[in-house]
Amino acid sequence: MHRDLFKKRQYATLGQQYAEPVPAINNEIPAKDIPKGLVNKCESCGELLMAKELQKNAHTCPHCGHHFSVDAPTRLSLTLDSDTFEEFDAGISSVDPLGFPGYMDKVHKAQEMSGLAEGIVTGQGKISGFPVVIGVMDARFIMGSMGSAVGEKLTRAIEKAGQLRIPLILFTASGGARMQEGILSLMQMAKTSAALERLQEQGTLFVSVITHPTTGGVSASFASLGDIILAEPGALFGFAGRRVIEQTIRQNLPDDFQTAEFMLKHGMVDKVVHRAQLRDTLTTILRVHGLRGEGSGDTTGI
Amino acid sequence: MATQLEFEHPIIELQSKIQELRQFMQESGMNLNDEVDKLERRLLELKSSVYSTLTPWQRVQVARQPGRPTTLDYIQGLCSEFIELHGDRNFRDDPAIVGGIGLMDGEPVTVIGTQKGRDTKENIHRNFGMAHPEGYRKALRLMKQAEQYHRPVVLFIDTAGAYPGMSAEERGQSEAIARNLREMAGLKTPTISVVAGEGGSGGALGLGVTDRIFVLEYAWYSVIAPESAAAIMWKDSGQAARAAETMRISALDLLELGVADGIIKEPEGGAQKAPAQTIQSVKHQVVSSLAELKQLSIAELLQARYDKYRDMGVYFERSVDKVST
Repeated sequence: MHRDLFKKRQYATLGQQYAEPVPAINNEIPAKDIPKGLVNKCESCGELLMAKELQKNAHTCPHCGHHFSVDAPTRLSLTLDSDTFEEFDAGISSVDPLGFPGYMDKVHKAQEMSGLAEGIVTGQGKISGFPVVIGVMDARFIMGSMGSAVGEKLTRAIEKAGQLRIPLILFTASGGARMQEGILSLMQMAKTSAALERLQEQGTLFVSVITHPTTGGVSASFASLGDIILAEPGALFGFAGRRVIEQTIRQNLPDDFQTAEFMLKHGMVDKVVHRAQLRDTLTTILRVHGLRGEGSGDTTGI
Repeated sequence: MATQLEFEHPIIELQSKIQELRQFMQESGMNLNDEVDKLERRLLELKSSVYSTLTPWQRVQVARQPGRPTTLDYIQGLCSEFIELHGDRNFRDDPAIVGGIGLMDGEPVTVIGTQKGRDTKENIHRNFGMAHPEGYRKALRLMKQAEQYHRPVVLFIDTAGAYPGMSAEERGQSEAIARNLREMAGLKTPTISVVAGEGGSGGALGLGVTDRIFVLEYAWYSVIAPESAAAIMWKDSGQAARAAETMRISALDLLELGVADGIIKEPEGGAQKAPAQTIQSVKHQVVSSLAELKQLSIAELLQARYDKYRDMGVYFERSVDKVST
């Protein structure tokens, strides 16, 4: 491992690929866990990257553009204005409704490792002064899977956006419905979608941001229901697993199959946005739907 | 034709023994009626003991039996007149989902369901009842049409799952199912779904967000097929029997977990043993349940539907002191 350190030296050139560097990262909440250590190797191109350099580049590789996975706290700090986040329902966590062998151990391990009570963090905050309800899934937590707790937190967040009449932004990262809660996990797809139906009926904006990976029951429910669907480059976004499909059709799939770019080409995504520009893109979307940002004052009668 | 399942072998053996004895009686002219009666009684006991103690995995096998009524069979039994309507008006007609309009006891109704084939040739045509996105979109089109003309919607679910193939992904399988979940939650007309055989994950749910969900006695409904669950949990799809037990996918489990509103009893041994009787039981349940739902105003109906799904799931909530002001 250390040999690689001396093999090839190449310095990152910051701010070259993007006219503006990283927009307003909240530096007060330090990015936890990812990346670990001072030097990281890009999972995609193999370039060595200094931790600071990665952080400055919104946890993407400045050489090849690879997007590293980010956990929920990091995502919140990358997305929201400093000190604006208020968490909802932090006390909700999973139980074991089916008596599924080993499930609670899995949950406890995930809690310890992530420092989160469940696989999604929800709350309220501001993006460039625009108030939003935000939900961020954390792929570290049993693959970001959706069981009853995740479904409940999401549904409350959706309902809250409706009550407050402020836009809802959901960052998805999930392997799908959580197997260990069986049919109850499947029903969370219906529950969240029913809440979104009411939000849509009311006319409150919902933007879903697809991050790596978004598949199965999450892809086939709220992730695909955004008024606007953004996706990060290279993010896996699809219904069935690649292996299952290969077994079904008995042929190899193209390399870009089920990526954000593939889904853009097939009309399932509105726009693929580099992480470093995501905040700006969201700001523009909020402004267009506007009048509810800072300075608009009155939020009634709109 | 229904195939014989392993746990039915003792029953089949006894049946053929009785048959042989009868034939012998006829040929030899001997009176063995007492003997035959005894065996007949034993057969009844054996049947009821076998079928009343089926394991979850055996139930899955019953649910997959060919010869069970398909959606088109239910439609024929339910409706005095029926016209099948085709296509999603966008890409093509998906034969894995059928639907249309008809009269049930003189009342207009829209019926939609996944359609398995009754033989290999038809199964290939129907893609084994595994729908593409255009199937879900056709279903939604027909549901919206039902809403417009104030017809209730009855949906039949019997699918291993939505089709997991390249074409399905390209055309947005996720989006098609997701949209159905949302639109069905807000559909302004009474809706009833019947899980008639297999309820395979999102592909089943895509037709299953309804005011009432009924499950046939031997049907299963799960977030993941038992074989796939076993492959993930124990890296061995042969452990499907164990997975079926663990996942709680049987009708009674679904009732206890608050997902199903009721169980429709099947003839002894399963729907395939007496399809016409099964269809009548289903019709009876659907008709009485619709009459109940029609008592509600649309606002009440939608609120009740929302509350029903809102309450699904079990979680723990620790009280957290609010830090914020």
